[in-house]
Amino acid sequence: MSVTYIDAIREAQEKLLREDDRVFLYGQDIATFGGAFKATKGLAAQFPNRVFDAPISEDAMIGMAVGAAIEGMRPIVEMQFADFSSLAFNQIVNQAATHFYRTGVPIPITVRLPSGGTPGSGPFHSQSMEGIYAQYPGLVVLTPATVSDAYHMLLDGVALDDPVIFCEHKFLYRWLKAKSINGDHLPIGQARITRPGKHATVVAYSAMVHEAVRAADRLAQDGWEIEVVDLRSVKPLDLDTILASVARTGRLLAVGEAFPWGGVTAEVVSRVTEEGFHLLDAPPQRLNARDTPVPYHPKLWAAHRPTPESICEALRKLLTF
Amino acid sequence: MNPFADAVVMNRDFLRSVFQSMLRARILENKLSSLYKAGKIVGGVYLGRGQEAVSATLGAALIQGTDFFAPLIRDQAGRTAFGEPLIDCTRTYLGSVEGPMRGRDGNIHRGRPSMGMPAMISHLGAQVPLVAGMLFAKRLQGTLTGRVGATCIGDGATSTGAFHEGLNLAAVEGLPMVVVVGNNQFAYSTPNNRQFACADLVEKARGYGVGGFSVDGTDLLACASVICEAVRRAREGGGPQMVVARLLRLSGHGEHDDGAYVPQEIRGGHYGRDCIEVAMRQLVENNLATVDEIFAWQDQFADDVQRAVAQAQQEAVPDPYHEDWTALATRFPLTNFIS
Repeated sequence: MSVTYIDAIREAQEKLLREDDRVFLYGQDIATFGGAFKATKGLAAQFPNRVFDAPISEDAMIGMAVGAAIEGMRPIVEMQFADFSSLAFNQIVNQAATHFYRTGVPIPITVRLPSGGTPGSGPFHSQSMEGIYAQYPGLVVLTPATVSDAYHMLLDGVALDDPVIFCEHKFLYRWLKAKSINGDHLPIGQARITRPGKHATVVAYSAMVHEAVRAADRLAQDGWEIEVVDLRSVKPLDLDTILASVARTGRLLAVGEAFPWGGVTAEVVSRVTEEGFHLLDAPPQRLNARDTPVPYHPKLWAAHRPTPESICEALRKLLTF
Repeated sequence: MNPFADAVVMNRDFLRSVFQSMLRARILENKLSSLYKAGKIVGGVYLGRGQEAVSATLGAALIQGTDFFAPLIRDQAGRTAFGEPLIDCTRTYLGSVEGPMRGRDGNIHRGRPSMGMPAMISHLGAQVPLVAGMLFAKRLQGTLTGRVGATCIGDGATSTGAFHEGLNLAAVEGLPMVVVVGNNQFAYSTPNNRQFACADLVEKARGYGVGGFSVDGTDLLACASVICEAVRRAREGGGPQMVVARLLRLSGHGEHDDGAYVPQEIRGGHYGRDCIEVAMRQLVENNLATVDEIFAWQDQFADDVQRAVAQAQQEAVPDPYHEDWTALATRFPLTNFIS
């Protein structure tokens, strides 16, 4: 018996609907159809009048959720693809994210973003938006990499009083399996040492955690012990865990699937440089997707994002600096 | 024969209270304008001069504590009619920490969401789906019956995607919502013929499948009749209603703007008349108020405004050294200082 990452997301939503009257689900094709990825499969039948199909109106979907949150609800909005949340950008960053600061009234909405690339998905169904949302004050940005985190972080995220951007990775949906959804259940805001090591630290999140672990496995054959830190939440950012790891290893590589200009990896490198410069034995490195739209063809796509090979190559340079 | 004679007879108290809100807002806004010109207000001042009849009628047609009202930039009169205290306005414009926005936001970007009056953001049309969501929540909680949610926008906002998406969503859900479009003929400086191509904005209502009304926004009796009817229909289960009020903004976009782009023939035309003068005449001619009463109100409101300004001016402004500088309600123990 095994649980996939998408099962975990569905289970979490089922539990939330069962246990919290304030929760409702809103998104395109999520009711009877069960969602483009089946993250809400069967929930409309199980919870009548709690799961609603939305018109193709991303801006209004979030505006509506903010209004419902003001009136005491805890909506979970499914964007069909993270990429389409660009159409809801205004409501997310200007309406939801500013609300508590301006008025003192919190906006507990959760926006689920099916994120990241899969082969053949192309420029508009592959994006990683976490860096963009993390740049705005007033949002919590979560990037679970494991089945257990997908489950527990969705539960914990919905329980927060703040707007939560929940970046779930589409590649992990069915590929990633676990024996159960139980896990260490770390709190939001705490990173995890996924794999301990002593020669270099790779800070990653979401699907890149798994690519980093693969790269670490390969380098282990040459005797290198690579520590992999899974950020889990990119905002808040657990700088303590990152700095502690860099203190042990003296070397840092930040890996992300988003575009290379700015973003989470740049933030990690800049903060470590600022606060842990004395800990570094080599210039901190970043590895991101390439600076083009996400390509359609699987051969191009596979070379667009960081891979175990490119992570190994970056690590070898870092280790031999 | 006044076509709204029935409404006049039926609604003496209502019309008097709407007019009082119009007058109170006008006196307050005249004061804000003076304060701005004297350099006492940081940031912009945006007036609803010429739009008071529409705004106050909507605010008065709603019931605070039951209904929702998302005012926009020119709704001082509607806010007053809905029940926002004058002091909320002066405190926000003058940056008092005692105000609802505590110096974190200013001028017309204020509200009290927990009393059913959300705080607008500057992005036009954004409050349309927000009000729909407030109503949707009440439906899920089983307490929607008898409630109405309303918001005001201008002619310019009807060109936004947010307006389209929001009104369509409200129509799909059949929510008891009223969207009042104050067509003041200029979005900042852009005239109607550069904003939309339909003959009349009310034609859009049909496309969304919502009720559509047109009204002369300079005519209090017409506003009272039409806007109250739209609110009644929404309240009684008729779904969303859209009211297009034709009028003219009798000021610039903000007090920094002299509105020189409004042609003289429009200023001197029918919609260039002052709705407060029209309303005064209507009240007096229909024996709803006497001139003496109106002068007495004027004196009283001038006093009220003076007191609200004086109080806000005496209050503390925000202190950056005591500001907590966090935008999140959650305090993350591990990462508080860098979140």
